[in-house]
Amino acid sequence: MTTVSMTVNGRQVSADVEDRTLLVDYLRNAISLTGTHVGCDTSQCGACVVHVDGRAVKSCTMLAVQAAGSSVTTIEGLATGDELHPVQAAFREHHGLQCGFCTPGMIMTAVDMIRRHGGQLDEATVRHELEGNICRCTGYHNIVKAILDAAAKMQMPAAAE
Amino acid sequence: MTVSPDPAGLADAAGLADAAALAVVGRPLVHDSAVKHVQGAAAYIDDIAEPARTLQVVPGHAPSAARGRILSIDLDRVRAAPGVVAVLTAADVPGINDCSPSVGGDPVFAEGRILFHGQVVFAVAAETRDQARRAARLAAIEVEAETPAVTVDDALDRNTEVLPPYEFRKGEVVAALDASPARIGGTFRIGGQEHFYLEGQAALAVPGEDGDMLVHTSTQHPTEVQHITAKVLGLPDAAVVAECRRMGGGFGGKESQATQWAVIAALVARATGRPAKIRLDRDDDMIMTGKRHDFRVDWEAGHDADGRLTGVDVAFYGRCGYSADLSLGVNDRTMFHADNAYNYPAARIHSRRLLTDTVSNTAFRGFGGPQGTVFAERVMDEIAVRLGLDPLTVRKRNFYAPAGDTTPYGMPVEDNIIHDLVAELERTSDYWVRREAVKAFNASNRILKKGLALTPVKFGISFTLIHLNQAGALVHVYSDGSIMVNHGGTEMGQGLYLKVAQVVAEEFGVGIERVKITATTTAKVPNTSPTAASSGSDLNGMAARIAAGAIRARMAAVAAAEFGVPAEEVRFRDGRVFGGNASIGFGDLAKKAYLARVQLSEAGFYKTPEIHWDRPSATGRPFFYFAYGASCTEVTVDTLTGEMRVDRVDLLHDVGRSLNPALDIGQIEGAFVQGMGWLTTEELVFDRAGRLRTHAPSTYKIPTASDVPADFRTALFESGGCRADTIYRSKAVGEPPLMLANSVLSAVFDALAALRPGRVPPLNAPATPEAILTAAKAMRSD
Repeated sequence: MTTVSMTVNGRQVSADVEDRTLLVDYLRNAISLTGTHVGCDTSQCGACVVHVDGRAVKSCTMLAVQAAGSSVTTIEGLATGDELHPVQAAFREHHGLQCGFCTPGMIMTAVDMIRRHGGQLDEATVRHELEGNICRCTGYHNIVKAILDAAAKMQMPAAAE
Repeated sequence: MTVSPDPAGLADAAGLADAAALAVVGRPLVHDSAVKHVQGAAAYIDDIAEPARTLQVVPGHAPSAARGRILSIDLDRVRAAPGVVAVLTAADVPGINDCSPSVGGDPVFAEGRILFHGQVVFAVAAETRDQARRAARLAAIEVEAETPAVTVDDALDRNTEVLPPYEFRKGEVVAALDASPARIGGTFRIGGQEHFYLEGQAALAVPGEDGDMLVHTSTQHPTEVQHITAKVLGLPDAAVVAECRRMGGGFGGKESQATQWAVIAALVARATGRPAKIRLDRDDDMIMTGKRHDFRVDWEAGHDADGRLTGVDVAFYGRCGYSADLSLGVNDRTMFHADNAYNYPAARIHSRRLLTDTVSNTAFRGFGGPQGTVFAERVMDEIAVRLGLDPLTVRKRNFYAPAGDTTPYGMPVEDNIIHDLVAELERTSDYWVRREAVKAFNASNRILKKGLALTPVKFGISFTLIHLNQAGALVHVYSDGSIMVNHGGTEMGQGLYLKVAQVVAEEFGVGIERVKITATTTAKVPNTSPTAASSGSDLNGMAARIAAGAIRARMAAVAAAEFGVPAEEVRFRDGRVFGGNASIGFGDLAKKAYLARVQLSEAGFYKTPEIHWDRPSATGRPFFYFAYGASCTEVTVDTLTGEMRVDRVDLLHDVGRSLNPALDIGQIEGAFVQGMGWLTTEELVFDRAGRLRTHAPSTYKIPTASDVPADFRTALFESGGCRADTIYRSKAVGEPPLMLANSVLSAVFDALAALRPGRVPPLNAPATPEAILTAAKAMRSD
């Protein structure tokens, strides 16, 4: 057993877990944040994407100890109080979800994508970079729309900086 | 056209009311759980806070065997593994060791024989999931291995079936074919499909007092989970409650095959007295649960010089796997849709349900129908190639007449709107201009070939097992005016809960926020049907409306007395209740009704009228109505590599008068892409030993965002509403649009046909790069 500490959604957390505990299991079981989902168990479907020090990571493909000391953001930490993050709001408005199981991972991937590309994000890039996230319900059309819309909206205040 | 009784006496608000008068129904409201979904706050089974001392359960199988007698099962090492609390086998089943949804033959735990690779032999419960998974691998199961029948052809050679053959006959097909100016035919294959619901199979069983059991289950059929759990545990149905708030996708894969996992969790809970949770590892899920049926299709058809069919003689050989499961209905539905939208003047539609030593194939969106329609489109495409006609011209010449034609199963087609619908798509997709562009492209490109196809869909709505066409709903109005609705339908992302809540809000003239949606549970509405056959909103929406209407009538009487007007003049809208010049808030009226000792709760019940089906004689009217649609797809095929790209998709679909256009368009787009995956990239590969080799998304290719064309246009067909008396004249939407993807397969066929005019491309489904390349080579060979 190892004591693994990190910052999750701005809060300092610590738990004693087996050395081989995956980050996703740490988040879901040790600190009870179940918004990060396990879809395929093998790092392909992307339902488990979180941010580790600002970068999108499939949390089922990383050990919790590898994230020790890092700052982790999960889907639960994206909104500011009652105010949804622009990507969350866009997924809701554009019906970018049906069963909702892939949604947390999709949104975390999208936030990272928008951060990296900023105003350069186009539809072909969104579709290409979304290849690591499987959705079985929507056909992706509204997900892509939501990401592009959120990117455009997030770009507006950024331009003033 | 069709008129059904109005059981709740709701004529004033009948579905034909002007859509503009509706306040909540018909609006594109966002999914009721959307805000929770985007915050990770919507709980699936594995997210429910576990009760203290919950055990984790993992199923175990015999990894080396696909078929044969079990010689010994040694679980000593499993039992001795760290953290293991219980290990269960068939010997530990107190009731009946069977979880079949139909005629039996689905043991919860293998007994005596291994019937397929991955069959569950035992279950291990441990303190942690990791411990249970490690322990499950320590079993030593000895099997006297036999050679399995893996494919349809194996089963035909061995002559084994799960159910007897079945047949539709219309006219004299042999004479019709003999008299035909031209005869065509052949054999082709249609692959199966893995559901890949993002949330795998899962259940949490919590034991109660007196041996009662509460099962949280990710299922499309809570009633079946309840009844089969009771049967396996040796309890009365009333001692078991099955509950499902939502599924992370179902697609048919959780209609019958969610049950086994719930039952295993309940068996562990019963044996240990502790709560027990099971969540299948994805590889286990793909190996242990059934898929869409794959088919071999042997066919012959006759046509005239204009491409009009004279007769069709077809045999569908469906791979059912080791047991019957839902194969009767699935294979019947293949037969029901072997005509798709086309009139067969004479027909013999034959079906065999083959037993193979593989996992039991099951429901999957379309329930066998898609395979039937793929066949019909193949006939059209081949006629076009043989005659050098445009495939769309051949299709249109063979459409059912707007009224007056009869299907091969004797049902008149009375609500046919395919002519108008296809004409509109022909125009909006610019079909004929693009056809010329495709021809020009193909004339100037030797390797890359473009294909274009516009295909129709006609899909029969109702369970063909007639007794399933019933539904119950429970509506309460509380004395503060808040409303709770519950019904037998389950939520798997399709938005059924929201649609039903919209119906209830409409009935009471209140905003949607006043209606509380609650989890489906057998404790509130009993004896329900699966949420399947696209029927969820048709059935449960109607039952909820009947319940709400009854309460509204009682509240109207209270208001009428208050206002001194006749009850018929009381109106419910905008959260208020009006009569004469007076009005009262809905909540205030609820309070008055309570004080006046008026019942504010009602159980509604609905059964679909008019339908009847006599299976032995293959006669009747199995469908309340048909849903229609059409799609146009353009593809580019690289005939040297087999690679294929979908360039553009235009979808036009008939949902009658939509209950919620945003949800419906989402269903159409999602179904199309799922169907496209089935027909292009998703290939299930079983080896000769009967093992599924594609048991993860690494080897089983599900469409991703980059596989979907950027140019993807979806529209709802303005039909003026369903002609049958459905809930607000809407139509079922879950399954029919999956078959819009047939245009992708036909477009690939069209591209390949351009390699050598007049020669029929030998293309099987799925049209993977490998299949395309094989067909392209055949087109080029002498």
